[in-house]
Amino acid sequence: MPTSSLIMFEEEFKQITAIIDRLLKDANAKLVFLVDKDGQLIASSGDTRDLDTTSLASLTAGNIAATGGLAKLLGEKEFSILFHEGEKDNIHISIVGQRVILVVIFDNRSSLGLVRLRVKKASEELNTIIKKLLHRVEAKPSAEENLLAEISDADIDKLFH
Amino acid sequence: MSFINYSSREINCKIVYYGPGLCGKTTNLQFIYKKTNPEHRGKMISLATETERTLFFDFLPLSLGDIKGFKTRFHLYTVPGQIFYDASRKLILKGVDGIVFVADSQVERMDANIESFENMKANLKEQCYDLANIPYIIQYNKRDLPNVVPVVEMKKVLNVSGVPDFEAVAATGHGVFETLKAVIKLVLIELKKGT
Repeated sequence: MPTSSLIMFEEEFKQITAIIDRLLKDANAKLVFLVDKDGQLIASSGDTRDLDTTSLASLTAGNIAATGGLAKLLGEKEFSILFHEGEKDNIHISIVGQRVILVVIFDNRSSLGLVRLRVKKASEELNTIIKKLLHRVEAKPSAEENLLAEISDADIDKLFH
Repeated sequence: MSFINYSSREINCKIVYYGPGLCGKTTNLQFIYKKTNPEHRGKMISLATETERTLFFDFLPLSLGDIKGFKTRFHLYTVPGQIFYDASRKLILKGVDGIVFVADSQVERMDANIESFENMKANLKEQCYDLANIPYIIQYNKRDLPNVVPVVEMKKVLNVSGVPDFEAVAATGHGVFETLKAVIKLVLIELKKGT
């Protein structure tokens, strides 16, 4: 059922962040993001203070969705890597495990070759964690995940006051 | 698909405004953007043509208060209403948690409303969604215009399932927040039912 939620626990978040922190350093990148295909930001690494990360996540997902649409028209399963080259900054976007999107922003202190190489390794590690996470979500929710079941109608009403 | 992050204690949900071309989907979002405290909203992004027709989508992130210690965030999207942008509409429906169907109340737009509603059902079905299982509500927009179809008639055609529905004039903001609140409430109730 496509309506089940994607749930990420503290431990998974730490593992994911450790991988993208390392990717940031190894690829000499400015920023690294992990975004869900629906446009939700999962984790980021690097200096994001001056950046609208929410919009970036949403537009990245839109970009991947549009490219996926193009792929389908051409009979491809997906285009797993996108690269946008700017005057100063470049964006490398890749799909991990068909479910999440890895975004690396880098300038001339790095190179496309280096980024591709490091992304490949990090993707494999991320894929393992994401797979586990999805597997857990598909299985029966644990008591902790059912925490949301305790939300009362009054809680919901309170949001609007 | 909602995203629940236990690390940052956030609940993220996606709400899509659907409807025929020029029915007022973008106008709904623009009003919400204008009237929401900047602390509670992000930038509104409009991927539109030079004539301000939506080309791909509009996007507005909103954050409401806490529920059980979880921050609630809602990502509002609109689809392009024009018929030939169907490929884009399908993409935007992916991972949707709640839908607002915005209908244009003018007599001459009734056919367009019906066509868009059927198109929404077909596009959902293509992604293995069933409208009956998705929180959705209907907004009858442009009630201030002289040539509108009576609400009773619109209900008969567009709201056979009897979901919550609202009259609105999105340009002045009438009914806009009532609609938003109603869909958010439905989405959270659905989330509560089972993750």
